[in-house]
Amino acid sequence: MAAPMYFSVVVTVTIVKLLLIPSYRSTDFEVHRNWLAITHSRPVSQWYYEDTSEWTLDYPPMFAWFEFLLSRIAKLFDPAMLEVTNLNYASFATVLFQRLSVIVSDFVLVYAVYECCQCVQVLCCFRCCQCVQLVGKKKSPHLLSQPMFVLAVLLLWNFGLLIVDHIHFQYNGFLTGLKLLSIARILQRRHLEGAFWFSLLLNFKHIYLYIAPAYFIFLLRSYCFTRSNRDGRVQWTSLSLMNLFGLGVVVLEVFAISFGPFIAMGQLGQVLSRLFPVKRGLVHAYWAPNFWALYNIADKAATAVAVRAKLLSADDITKATMTGGLVQEYTHNALPTITPLVTVILTLAAMMPALVHLWRRPCTPRDFLRCLVLCAFSSFLFGYHVHEKAIILIIIPLSLLAVESRQDGQVFLLLSTCGHLSLFPLLFTQAETPSKVCLMLMFSLFAFMSLGVLHSSSKKRPYCLPLLSPLETAYTVGLVFLQLYCSLGHHTLGLTTRLPFLPLMLTSVYCAVGVMWSWLKFYLITLTDMQHLKQS
Amino acid sequence: MDTRFGTLCTAVVFAVFVRWVVSLNSYSGMGKPPMYGDYEAQRHWMEITTNLPIKQWYFNGTDNDLLYWGLDYPPLTAYHMWLCGKVAEWIDPDWTSLFASRGYESYEHKLFMRYSVLIGDVVIYIPAVLLYCFLQKKFTHTQKVLLSCVLLLFPGLIIIDYGHFQYNSISLGLTLWAVIALSHRHEVLGSAAFMLALCYKQMSLYHAMPFFCYLLGKCWQQRWKKGFFSLCCIGVSVLATFAFVWMPFLSDKDLFLQVVHRIFPVARGVFEDKVSNFWCSLSVVVKFRNFMSHEGLLKLCLATTLLGLVPSSLDLLFRPSGNKFKLALVNSSLVFFLFSFQVHEKSILLPALPVCLLLPWRPFTSTWFLTIATFSMLPLLVKDGLVIATLITSILFIIAVELGLQGVSSDPTIGCPVCIWSSKNLPWLPHRVFFYAVKSGFYASLMGALFLGLLSVVVPPPSSLPDLWPVLISVYSCSHFIGFTLYYHIVQLMTTDSKETAAQKTKKTQ
Repeated sequence: MAAPMYFSVVVTVTIVKLLLIPSYRSTDFEVHRNWLAITHSRPVSQWYYEDTSEWTLDYPPMFAWFEFLLSRIAKLFDPAMLEVTNLNYASFATVLFQRLSVIVSDFVLVYAVYECCQCVQVLCCFRCCQCVQLVGKKKSPHLLSQPMFVLAVLLLWNFGLLIVDHIHFQYNGFLTGLKLLSIARILQRRHLEGAFWFSLLLNFKHIYLYIAPAYFIFLLRSYCFTRSNRDGRVQWTSLSLMNLFGLGVVVLEVFAISFGPFIAMGQLGQVLSRLFPVKRGLVHAYWAPNFWALYNIADKAATAVAVRAKLLSADDITKATMTGGLVQEYTHNALPTITPLVTVILTLAAMMPALVHLWRRPCTPRDFLRCLVLCAFSSFLFGYHVHEKAIILIIIPLSLLAVESRQDGQVFLLLSTCGHLSLFPLLFTQAETPSKVCLMLMFSLFAFMSLGVLHSSSKKRPYCLPLLSPLETAYTVGLVFLQLYCSLGHHTLGLTTRLPFLPLMLTSVYCAVGVMWSWLKFYLITLTDMQHLKQS
Repeated sequence: MDTRFGTLCTAVVFAVFVRWVVSLNSYSGMGKPPMYGDYEAQRHWMEITTNLPIKQWYFNGTDNDLLYWGLDYPPLTAYHMWLCGKVAEWIDPDWTSLFASRGYESYEHKLFMRYSVLIGDVVIYIPAVLLYCFLQKKFTHTQKVLLSCVLLLFPGLIIIDYGHFQYNSISLGLTLWAVIALSHRHEVLGSAAFMLALCYKQMSLYHAMPFFCYLLGKCWQQRWKKGFFSLCCIGVSVLATFAFVWMPFLSDKDLFLQVVHRIFPVARGVFEDKVSNFWCSLSVVVKFRNFMSHEGLLKLCLATTLLGLVPSSLDLLFRPSGNKFKLALVNSSLVFFLFSFQVHEKSILLPALPVCLLLPWRPFTSTWFLTIATFSMLPLLVKDGLVIATLITSILFIIAVELGLQGVSSDPTIGCPVCIWSSKNLPWLPHRVFFYAVKSGFYASLMGALFLGLLSVVVPPPSSLPDLWPVLISVYSCSHFIGFTLYYHIVQLMTTDSKETAAQKTKKTQ
């Protein structure tokens, strides 16, 4: 892709981000302001003990250092925001600074996406040849048929990143940038650099532990073991101690720099207790569209049936909180209550086939990406206290696959549409409704159009969205009606007081169905891909 | 799904998105009692129109204090406000209750007001722009989509309507419908649409002269009987539209005169605040008020405006053509803006509309004009707290032009009268010289605007000259506008629509 084209994508999306400055901000804005204040005005030894505000520092040390650096600049904007006791302080200069800090740190993402686009050129080599052959006859290739351009827009204009970072307020763009950079390095076969960026990323935000197994298996399999047998199995004798040692040094070094000072001060226990708070509950206040949303709704239904059938007495039922309640532990009535241990076991069990699959074949970058997506999927679907925002962890790496193969594109279109719609409740203020609907429409329109053009086939199904089957099309159209009901119908029917949480519940359950379906389909694609390899 | 339709949808959604995001900013007079600003004016009109009988809307009375944002727009605005007021009343009666609702501000009310602007825009202005772009036969589909996206991103209109708060997109949209209708030979519909625009906002008079001359000129060209007949049709359509809109006010002479008096406030000053027009800039040097009466000033304004209108109007009258018509719209509204009486800084949007229409043919000068037009409203926007939004949307617009009009034309010297003249008369002068001269002039002018804008925001003016920055900005913009007026006049006079004139000649000989 030509650099000017990439530049224009970057500039327009940056302008959109700047325009979003006056939007609504969630409490995460105050969280990050508080962290700026803590890292600026408290000594390092106090960082993980400070609790003036309820929003204590609960990210790994690298992120604290990042906030520390930001606070140096923040001083120039408004020193008052750096006082720990100045709770909920949001002067114009503070807002401007914090918003700009997100926008500027997003340039890590810009660089990483550029690197990824260069890699996709290699990944898509085969497709590209086809593409050139097809388009070669015409005068100039359509912009939408250039995988690199499509990928750049899908990643930089990602709906989830835009609303979570630039409206809701977080630094996911920057972190996603680090992740994509590590992926790009691995795709370029610069494994050590990839490992470095990923361990750095883990020390910025530990949610990326979700995808760590894929990195672990991949690096072990294709960096530490240097050769494969004819059938694609690992050749055990090819273990390179040199590579293993190098990898260990890189990873441990990053962790040592990050956690070392806190271990030296004997604060490791305190830091870890902040990073992994227990007693939070199986699901978040708003159910993420995962397996547990379906489980909860099944529990509700079963309870209702049981009460009707007099199997359960109404007194036994704990005052169950619907979605939208406070963050707290949640006990099921009809179905067994889920403990954290169960979720861990289920998550690992769900990842296992993908990891084994990755191990048993000569790892190609595409296999690695697939496994990465599946790990993110498993953690999202079965994890304990998963946030709906974690869907971004799946959609971003899946975008890379979507531009190179038709099947992945199909999964991507369905998952990105329902996954992004499930983020709508995150922005509940009325003024943000048009913004989020417009952004979502733009992203989805572009995704459907571009992937439709990119993977166009001679066989066209009438009345279907590009690449989707009739059933999936019906589901996607259903999302529109769901959103119409949630934003207009529910209020008009006058159910707001009687069933206040119904729209949220409907959204998460309906989207959960789509996410589960995409997961199963994607698993199937990944596992059958091997058979295809064997046959050939 | 059709890709062609998809790209169009994406462009429109993007335009709506930008509009909405700008509307999240503050509006004029937000939290500034006792008078607030234009936002309160519009809300107050909703209050007046829903609570009072139609005959009292324009009269001072116990229930209607004209000194507090009295209704001073033509009836169509009043009806629109009545409609909005009824909806507002249905949502929350507090929003329109007489007297009690003065200065009402709330999160929900702001949303309601912003939505009302967006609906007007989506119903009238945006379809008109799309239609205009898609009727241009020369362009490919992609070019049409890009062109409409660029036109929809003109920052001045977005900032004034969605930031400052007004309903300009309705009157400008109606004018645009009229232009489209005229360019496709629907003179009756076109004149009716323009009459509606005029009945929505009297400022549309800036465009009246070209409409009149074009229609008259077109009828003149036809054979005697046919021409007279079409002239009658146009006249009937204009009068019928006028009568229809003004019906409730035509029963009584006093009532009618009162409305007219409210709409044309001759008693007010020659310009409001600091405007980048001729009189305001001249007043820096010459203090008219010391040696001229109010009446005299009024007459002077009238005389200069009429004199300024003569060249473009006569040209259009005798050689009417589609291109000349658009250029005459620019010229007439610019002359009005520069020389007429009681000019607001926002009135620059009226010349901006036809300049937008010229964008695909003269992208360079149009972009220049539109950017300076937005800049000229800066003092107002600073007051409203819209500086950042203005800056960002302006950058977005310039980038959109760069990207969107790439395929159309990128040479700034295209259509430049000086270049055409020199290529004929001074063949030894290389074309490149002009290219670089014009380009560097453009960048220097924009940098100057940016610099002046930054100064006005960052540096407090000296206490002896509190109005230093607004005056400098208006003089700076005014000098540009005078230059643009000359440029567009020359372009209009030099334009010879070869096809049309040829067609006319063959007609006449027949």
